[in-house]
Amino acid sequence: MSADATQRAPRGTALVAAPGFAAFARRYWLWFAAFVAALLLPWLFFDWSTHRHSGFALTMLSEIGLMSVFALSFNMQMGQAGLLSFGHAILFGLGGYVAAHTLNAIKAGTIWLPVELVPLAGGLGGLVFGALFGYVATQQRATAFAMITMGLGELVAACALMFMAFFGGEGGISTDRVTGTSMVGVSYSSSWEVYCLVVVWTAIATVAMRLQTQTPLGRMANAARDNFERAQFVGYDPRMVRFYQFALSGFFAGIGGGLYAIVYEIVTFDTVAASKSATALLATYIGGAGGFFGPLLGTIVVVLLQSGVSLLSNAWLLYVGVLFIVMVMYAPGGLVGIIAQHAPIARTGRLRELVVPYLRILVPGVLSVFGFVLLVELASFTTIGVAQGKAFKIGFHAVDPATAFPWLLGAAALIGGGAWLRLEARGFRTRWDALIADAKAKGAML
Amino acid sequence: MSDVAISLRDVRKSFGRTEIIRGVDLDIPRGQRHAMIGPNGAGKTTLFNLISGRFPLTSGTIALNGRSIGGLAPHEINRLGLSRSFQITSIFPRLTVFENIRCGLLWARGYRYSFWHLLGGQRALNEETDMLIERLNLQGRRNVPAGLLSYAEQRALEVGITVAGGADIILLDEPTAGMSHSETEYAVALIRAVSEGKTLLVVEHDMSVVFGLADVITVLVYGEVIASDVPARIRGDKAVQEAYLGTEAA
Amino acid sequence: MEVFLVSLLNGLVYGMLLFMLASGLTLILSMMGVLNFAHASAYMLGAYFAYTISQQIGFWPALVLAPLLCGAIGAAIEMYGLRRVHRNGHIAELLFTFGLALIIEKVVQMTWGLIPVPYRIPAGLDFPLFTVYGTHFPAYRAFMLLISALMFGAIWLGLTRTRIGLVIQAALHHPEMVGALGHNVPRVFTTVFAAGTALAGLAGVIGGNYQVTEPAMAFTMGPIVFVVVVFGGLGSLTGCFIASLLMGLIQTFAVVLDYSLADLLRWFGLTVTSATPFHEVLTVPLPRIGALLPYVLLVLILVFKPRGLMGTRDT
Repeated sequence: MSADATQRAPRGTALVAAPGFAAFARRYWLWFAAFVAALLLPWLFFDWSTHRHSGFALTMLSEIGLMSVFALSFNMQMGQAGLLSFGHAILFGLGGYVAAHTLNAIKAGTIWLPVELVPLAGGLGGLVFGALFGYVATQQRATAFAMITMGLGELVAACALMFMAFFGGEGGISTDRVTGTSMVGVSYSSSWEVYCLVVVWTAIATVAMRLQTQTPLGRMANAARDNFERAQFVGYDPRMVRFYQFALSGFFAGIGGGLYAIVYEIVTFDTVAASKSATALLATYIGGAGGFFGPLLGTIVVVLLQSGVSLLSNAWLLYVGVLFIVMVMYAPGGLVGIIAQHAPIARTGRLRELVVPYLRILVPGVLSVFGFVLLVELASFTTIGVAQGKAFKIGFHAVDPATAFPWLLGAAALIGGGAWLRLEARGFRTRWDALIADAKAKGAML
Repeated sequence: MSDVAISLRDVRKSFGRTEIIRGVDLDIPRGQRHAMIGPNGAGKTTLFNLISGRFPLTSGTIALNGRSIGGLAPHEINRLGLSRSFQITSIFPRLTVFENIRCGLLWARGYRYSFWHLLGGQRALNEETDMLIERLNLQGRRNVPAGLLSYAEQRALEVGITVAGGADIILLDEPTAGMSHSETEYAVALIRAVSEGKTLLVVEHDMSVVFGLADVITVLVYGEVIASDVPARIRGDKAVQEAYLGTEAA
Repeated sequence: MEVFLVSLLNGLVYGMLLFMLASGLTLILSMMGVLNFAHASAYMLGAYFAYTISQQIGFWPALVLAPLLCGAIGAAIEMYGLRRVHRNGHIAELLFTFGLALIIEKVVQMTWGLIPVPYRIPAGLDFPLFTVYGTHFPAYRAFMLLISALMFGAIWLGLTRTRIGLVIQAALHHPEMVGALGHNVPRVFTTVFAAGTALAGLAGVIGGNYQVTEPAMAFTMGPIVFVVVVFGGLGSLTGCFIASLLMGLIQTFAVVLDYSLADLLRWFGLTVTSATPFHEVLTVPLPRIGALLPYVLLVLILVFKPRGLMGTRDT
């Protein structure tokens, strides 16, 4: 009989042992805090003089919300089931189209549905198409699966441009979220009300996807990803596991699409386009596909780059691409993976010994990034920006890209910063290895 | 005919033009502990792969509990009550030991492809998993990702996953390969305990394990059965000694 | 008849162009297991390099220099990028090339601008070679056929007559074994990757002025090349050749045959009106869905015959 009873007790019984909501709240306080923080965030941008919310901030935050639902649903396939899909946006977009049509039907009086439940309609659309496409795609694994999804993605995207009845052709389907059928008496005419709806649905979807990982299907998706033969020999058909996981991920993607329809009140072919699928892939990978929250983190990064940087620069996609490649090469676990690597060191209590090494690589790092950005912006400006009639500014100084000076400055910062970074990186590496070795010796690796 | 657990009739398997299994006839009665031995390349693992549905038969029939399994997929054969382990350790490396065993139980306990049961609250399932982990003596490694276990621990885990679902026909492919003497002793005791009342078919190279564990031994050489008998008579069999054991057999 | 012959010739030209692209991709995929998303980007770079070099020096130097430049870039990508990512698995390599394709497209936009560049057929080749039923067949298309045929011949000779060619052939079928036999597999990989990229660049040189040279050309051409590779099957250059020609012919003929499913149904006596369900789908004419056909084929092939026409291995 093992004396280590605490190690043995399954988590389920622990929940039953400590009664009540108090224990529940204590365990999941982080979730509650995040929910509250999300609701409070727009108030940082509130204009107190005019008593109005920043429309830009609300739209960007809503985008983060619905895109994270999209990215998390993508990770149900990639991270959980080991299925790399290049066409996930079709489930998102088709859900959006279904939601838009639903809204229009509510508006016309053909059906009655509270506005709050319209994302659910999008989800059902995503589920149906997820089952349909999933039946075809999950016949194969790995590279063949990726190619089927790419083919399906291109097919649906092309159809969205061609057919008017369901897709509205190039113009898309417009809709109006102010239908007067709210369950809580809200009109949703203001961005703030829409944002609250987005936050609630994002929370529901995230919790649901999180719980799904703890179900038999969720566990077997992980298992079949790790070892499909062994999954067969515990009685599961790995193909059916993939199929159900695919269909479910379509359900959640459809919810994201439904939120999109409500927020933007128009759904066009770019919601099913390859670039949308690519965004999910980039966000998930940058954030980290291994854990659960990686896609959330990655979505925040990508949307910030997309919304924020695209105001200032044409080259935001280049930055995302470079970040992505750097991740693929040096940090395949994504941002979450990088954070997780620090866990053993934190456990030995020696995390603060990394502060100085980090500062030492931060300075040359910032310098080389500055140089890179400067060169990219200069190049982008000379070919694209000039045609758009803008002037080139660093901070508030106007700079003439026709002269050699800014180019030399950028090149010097990039090359100089890069060389200095390589030097410091070596020192950082030594310190890091030493700390990890120490953690191993103290048994803190797990 | 269903007190014969595994029945092979004129089983042949070719890869391209090379015939690996050349007409094997074998009956394994229910509850028997059966060992299969033979030189490397004799086709023992191939035979395992045929019985478990990993490869299709070229000709002949294989029946489990009287039911022909020709053309069935591996997971369908598993659901009929056959489970196997692999020569190269086959577990779920990124799942913990606990989750590995629990996955072995899920289908057998009727969970199917459920996405609405929260496993944390499935008390009976979790308790059964913990009991099996104790039998495997792995409770100290309960929450460790399986990929980080030592080799012998992984082999024990593999046996655990194989028997978790309660299959009554168990195939073990070289379960003690690469183990030290004490690890082997422990593994044999474990195998004997978990195969109580079940039909066991083991491929092994370690003769002490074979002669200690098996009720009947079949000798496979170049895809053919040259002898199938109780251990005492196998030891003395001239053909077996020539082909495999050597004349210095204990 | 006239339409048929003209379309046949055009289809062959396009098919050979596709083969130039697809052959390199098949080699890389079969040998290294890498689905190279940046392959079509090399095609685009070849076209743009040729444009710039043609402006400065002339078309004929561009024909030689641009592919070499692309090959050099390919070698650099393989040595400094792909090799490092290799240990993280096939998916990581795929994602790496995908990110690369995104970056290259953006860099091209930044260097040459967003609008198509006027990369024209050189004056020396811009004349009608012969006339078919009153339609001119431009000499440039014959030139394209010539170059692609020469290239095909060169690959064939190179693979069957040289030592490294034999090694490559072996690695096409059994990459692990080749390494076990003592060949310098990394160097073979770099060579194949660079050669494949150079081929794509050459295709860009002659294809860029046949089609439009613009930053989106990589992402428009790319998926079609993938379809060809999958269709032809892994490990088989002959299959790739047949698939390329087939795809070229299908796409060319689809544009020319202005029929729809409704027309087919009418042949059986069923009329389709605007009240018929799915009437939109039934009346869409073939030229409009010509762009779709490769993807329909891709999905069908992968579901029913995932090894492709003549594939020897699974993906």
